Amino acid sequence: MSEPVTIKVDGKEFEVRPGELLIKAAEDHGTYIPRFCWHNRMKPVGMCRMCLVEVDTGRGPMMVTACTNEVVDGMTVDTQNEAVQKAQEAVLEFLLANHPLDCPVCDKGGECPLQDQAMAYGPGESRFVEIKRTFEKPIPISELVLLDRERCILCARCTRFSEEISGDPLIEFQDRGNKTEVNTFPDHPFSSYFSGNTVQICPVGALTAKPYRFRARPWDLHMVESSSFFDTAHPRLSIHVSQNEILRLVGIDSEPVNHSWLSDKDRFGFEHVRSENRLDTPLVRRGGELEPVSWSEALDMVGNRLGLIVEESGGDSIAVIGGASGTNEDAYALSRFARTVLQTNNVDATMGEGPSAHFLAASIDRGLIADVDDADTVLVWGPDLKETHPTLYLRVRRAAQELGVNLVVIHPRVTGLDDRATATLRYRPGGGHELLSDLSDGSHEQVTSLISGKVVAIVGQASLADDPGLAESVAAFVREKAGTPRIIPLANRANIYGALDMGLAPDLLPGRVAYGPEAAPEPWGEIPAKRGLDTPGMLDALSEEKIRAVLLVGADPVGNSHEPELASDALDLAEYVVSIDTFLNDSNHYADVILPAAGFSEKDGTITNLEGRVQKVNKIIPAPGQGRPDWSILDDLSTVMGKSMGLGSPETIAKEVAAVAPAYQGISWDLLEWDARDGAVVPLDGEQPLTHIPVRAKGTKAPSAELLLHQGRVMYDDGVRLRNCHYLSRLAPGPVAHIHPDEAKRLGAREGVAVRVVTSKGEGEFAARIDEGTPEGVVFVPLHQPGAARLGTDPVVRVTVVT
Amino acid sequence: MDIRLLLDKPTEEEKVAVDALLGPPESAWRGGDYEPLDGRVAYGGHAAREQRHLLLPALHAVQDAVGSISKGALGYVSERLMIPPAEAYGVATFYALFRTDRSGGRVVHLCDDFVCSGRGAGEIASALDEAGVRWEPSPCLGQCDRAPAALVHQPGDGYVSVAPADGSALGADPASDQPPPVIHQARTELRLLRRVGVVEPTSLEDYTGSGGYDVLRSAIEMGPDEVIGHLESSRLRGRGGAAFPIGAKWRGLRQAAGGGKFVIANGDESEPGTFKDRVLMEGDPFALVEAMTVYAYATGAEKGFVYLRGEYPLAERRILAAIAQAKRAGLLGDNVAGAGFSFDLELRRGAGAYICGEETALFASIEGHRGEPRQKPPFPTERGVFGMPTGVNNIETLLAALAVLELGGEAFSAIGTQESTGPKLFCVSGDVERPGVYEVPLGTELDELLKLSGAIEPMAVLMGGAAGSFVDEDQFGMPLSFEGARAAGTTLGSGAVVVFSSATDFSPVLRRIARFFRDESCGQCVPCRIGTVRQEEALARLDARSPLGTEADERRRLDDLATAMTDSSICGLGQTAASAIQSAIRLGLPGAPS
Repeated sequence: MSEPVTIKVDGKEFEVRPGELLIKAAEDHGTYIPRFCWHNRMKPVGMCRMCLVEVDTGRGPMMVTACTNEVVDGMTVDTQNEAVQKAQEAVLEFLLANHPLDCPVCDKGGECPLQDQAMAYGPGESRFVEIKRTFEKPIPISELVLLDRERCILCARCTRFSEEISGDPLIEFQDRGNKTEVNTFPDHPFSSYFSGNTVQICPVGALTAKPYRFRARPWDLHMVESSSFFDTAHPRLSIHVSQNEILRLVGIDSEPVNHSWLSDKDRFGFEHVRSENRLDTPLVRRGGELEPVSWSEALDMVGNRLGLIVEESGGDSIAVIGGASGTNEDAYALSRFARTVLQTNNVDATMGEGPSAHFLAASIDRGLIADVDDADTVLVWGPDLKETHPTLYLRVRRAAQELGVNLVVIHPRVTGLDDRATATLRYRPGGGHELLSDLSDGSHEQVTSLISGKVVAIVGQASLADDPGLAESVAAFVREKAGTPRIIPLANRANIYGALDMGLAPDLLPGRVAYGPEAAPEPWGEIPAKRGLDTPGMLDALSEEKIRAVLLVGADPVGNSHEPELASDALDLAEYVVSIDTFLNDSNHYADVILPAAGFSEKDGTITNLEGRVQKVNKIIPAPGQGRPDWSILDDLSTVMGKSMGLGSPETIAKEVAAVAPAYQGISWDLLEWDARDGAVVPLDGEQPLTHIPVRAKGTKAPSAELLLHQGRVMYDDGVRLRNCHYLSRLAPGPVAHIHPDEAKRLGAREGVAVRVVTSKGEGEFAARIDEGTPEGVVFVPLHQPGAARLGTDPVVRVTVVT
Repeated sequence: MDIRLLLDKPTEEEKVAVDALLGPPESAWRGGDYEPLDGRVAYGGHAAREQRHLLLPALHAVQDAVGSISKGALGYVSERLMIPPAEAYGVATFYALFRTDRSGGRVVHLCDDFVCSGRGAGEIASALDEAGVRWEPSPCLGQCDRAPAALVHQPGDGYVSVAPADGSALGADPASDQPPPVIHQARTELRLLRRVGVVEPTSLEDYTGSGGYDVLRSAIEMGPDEVIGHLESSRLRGRGGAAFPIGAKWRGLRQAAGGGKFVIANGDESEPGTFKDRVLMEGDPFALVEAMTVYAYATGAEKGFVYLRGEYPLAERRILAAIAQAKRAGLLGDNVAGAGFSFDLELRRGAGAYICGEETALFASIEGHRGEPRQKPPFPTERGVFGMPTGVNNIETLLAALAVLELGGEAFSAIGTQESTGPKLFCVSGDVERPGVYEVPLGTELDELLKLSGAIEPMAVLMGGAAGSFVDEDQFGMPLSFEGARAAGTTLGSGAVVVFSSATDFSPVLRRIARFFRDESCGQCVPCRIGTVRQEEALARLDARSPLGTEADERRRLDDLATAMTDSSICGLGQTAASAIQSAIRLGLPGAPS
């Protein structure tokens, strides 16, 4: 690191890093220089001229923009002399000459940089009384964002965001001079997954979000920090509430995680919280119908029945599925409840998806999100990050685009990162293992030679056709190539990493400990010795009637399954099904009792993200009706069943976790609320009992067929929370099949026509999408789409045009 | 990135026009090198993205063919070049010559700037209206020596300049090139202009027969350092307006680290009242090509551009022909003149944007972006076009550099004054009997130039065009040198010398200047974007005798606007947008706000 330089701002001397922008250096040392166009996370453009200051570097004073000038040693800066004030007044007078004074009805009013700076630095009066520019307003530039062009001051923050940060520049400056406006290509929507960020960074009210427009005055909102429950990176955000209703989420600039950015799913996905479909009272099935009952009645029924089954058939006859949608405290309570009260190791939060629990929870050389910033190469062999892991996507894009990091993307079709990749490799769905062994045999040397130096490998299941174990094999391969790479194993579901860290897998115990009876945490007492089953194992055991009762916690095996009949048949055979959830789901059709749970923003606790970062999440509104946090439901059940866990409160649970879970030692709410607001990565001391070394598995052979089916997750699907969001629910693509133009020609399919897709496990009609990003010989079908047929995991497929 | 526009398709004609420029589309995934086997490798679309700079040529190709740029055509161009459609649309709408409104067909761009409007542009407009010919007002077309001027665009045939224009002639297709410009001075006095109108501009043979390419040969003998040494000792300064020492500029580029350097000839001559570069490019195009080759040789650049104003169709044809002939003769390309260096020169057409004469805006334009200037530093010799070290010289400067090498640096520096060496071209127009380009040694008095051109009762002269300033009788004795202009409180600027007779009402002149800046502001920075509009509005109110408050209030407002624009704009356009108007006010010219 080079020597700090000394600069003097308004008479105050301080040391700053050389090369830093003056506007930033001054702000960090207590001098705020007003600005509109400059944004800490984007490149400076010096357009608004608001940050003009007088700088002397020894050649006499000069007016320069503080956002485009780097500090140099001995620089003297005057941010408020007469010339500077005059320039600031002129800029503000000019801006207000066109900007409408509709502040009383503008969403931005009260938190508007233009308002604030006009008050602090403006001339106090305007001498321009000409007619202001007017435009047709507002223009819906997307399903989520409205544009009021007359308010726009052309700071280019939104256009730069879409180009520099999110990589989908669908809005641009158009025309020139005083006619310049920001807009989309005519009739072409701003269909970015990240559009909401432009609303957040707009320094005036030109861009507003439909879900928030006209709904609140900022001074009426109260707020609390939290993290998103969608993206498993857990981007940090602030929940803004009025009258017990969430009105918006605002991204927080967390350096290690999300740099203030949120995907639209993370930003607008809160709409489900107050959905009228939320469960708000315990329900019991009587004569086939669900009837509301009191909590005490429901808990007694459930406790007694489960207690009876355990007594009669032992804990092995009980299955516990789910637990990844709550907090760590909820997950810990479930883990302890299953092992000590239900006496079973049949627990699985992964729902049988993705890489193994050991690999996800305890992979050696676990990477951090920020590791991609200074990597030599980032390898992404997994899902399309733009669709499934938006925070990581933005970080990797920035690394490749702005920081000169090599990027290798391996995926069956085009991904959101390909345009910034140093190299991309495509493979046929199901052919991942074969490609991997080709790579280790030396093929595509040009690509694999990039895997050296500091490598971050982001691995996960790219295609449903891929063996879920492929990700681990890839990690092992990268370790062979690059020594000690950083590995980020990917999984879906809100708090899956936290759930696994709390032991919600048959082969794990809290704190990244391999399961073993002797390893039981001290307060738990004795735990069952027998190895438990994972989700597919439990469903099999149900079919064989070896399991009598099922406890579903935020879990929907039917809705999630690629072969739903198997799951529903299994649940149908269960003698007793209890579900703890926020919404009714497909599996609840088989539930005997349904208990309403508290969700996002309705409970305090911690969650753990894909890099092992523990963050505090906070309650700001009550759960609807009688909804309660999972831990509290489970605690009461344990009392009914005569084995009271005595958990008390989430904070006492957190203390218990810190005491008994080795990787979580030192993690306290105090720490997370004060000294580690960005969260803390566990284990704090870098040591945990279990370090899983990835293993190369012998994979399956690539299927051979003329046409292969690639199924992968996309951002918007039919998930129960999204389904209950007013705006986001419209954004799912629905049942579509992407086909290469040449393939489409062969099939005789045109854009939008119905095609029948048939596999060995299912069939259905899909709308054809002609897509050059999907290679010939491949059909891409986004997973979990509303109204879409389930096609199973077998990639061999036939496609015909429906006539 | 959702890059495709499924709804809007190009017509066959539009497709053919684009494909003629870019080659036929590859059917495969556009991401780059592509192995059609399993385990397909592609290298990130970098190759396609690197074609971004072909956006303006592609848009020109479409418009030249069909007269406007439809959404479908824009979508097709975006797809071929992997440019997001919104960005391509933003670029297309930035440039005044590009039409995105589907209105194809013949268009007459009629100059209504201050020289042409004093020379009958108004009457032509009425005649065109009567004849039902579609026309649009245009800023100065750089034909002030034969005002009034028009530029006619006939889809399929391209652009043709018509000057002097008259209402009747514009209906027909002007088939032949314009006649060479009249040079009013004795040939023996001329160095920069000596071939113009004498040597056939389309013949390399004639060019070499008149001493052409002698300089390149001697430069190669001397070696780069000695070439630059001559430029340094000549004390030649840039002729585009900024008067930067050329030796230092060339030296800076030569010393810039790394390869991939560029040299650019700035032929975006758009300053109202300026036409000298057009005369040079039309009349002596090989000299430009030779000068660029010397520039590249001396600085180590391997690639060069001539960025030409979109409104100069004849210059375009001449330069393209000259480049082609030079290539055939081995004077461009690999191993230039057998001297072991390579240099490629390419012409890029602007599309109606004054701002693109500013060098960083010019880079943006060549790269296929909106012509928006950026902050300096970094300076072009560090980071220029495509982020590489770049040298930009004005056309006249390049020809003056040839003159330096012909004469030797010392001898060149003996011409002119101590601070301002060499001959300089001045574009004299307005109320004069013999409008045209004049070549005089720097330091010549303005009076003498007025006499040479036959100024008619001159009351004021606009020096340096719209971005310059007015001088009146008191300063007619000023020496035309950089220091002389500075002492007189004005600038030589682009070399425009527009004469206004004592019969002039300056009010419409000033309003036209204000409108010019309003139209040409790129809109990027606040002071210029809004200041230029407010300036024009204030002048209009004063003209209509309906000031806001008193006339003195308006005056004060104009002064404050001027200060704000001058002090806080990003680039020279905003910084000079009030200069001419303020000078007219100071001089109390008739019709200027008082």
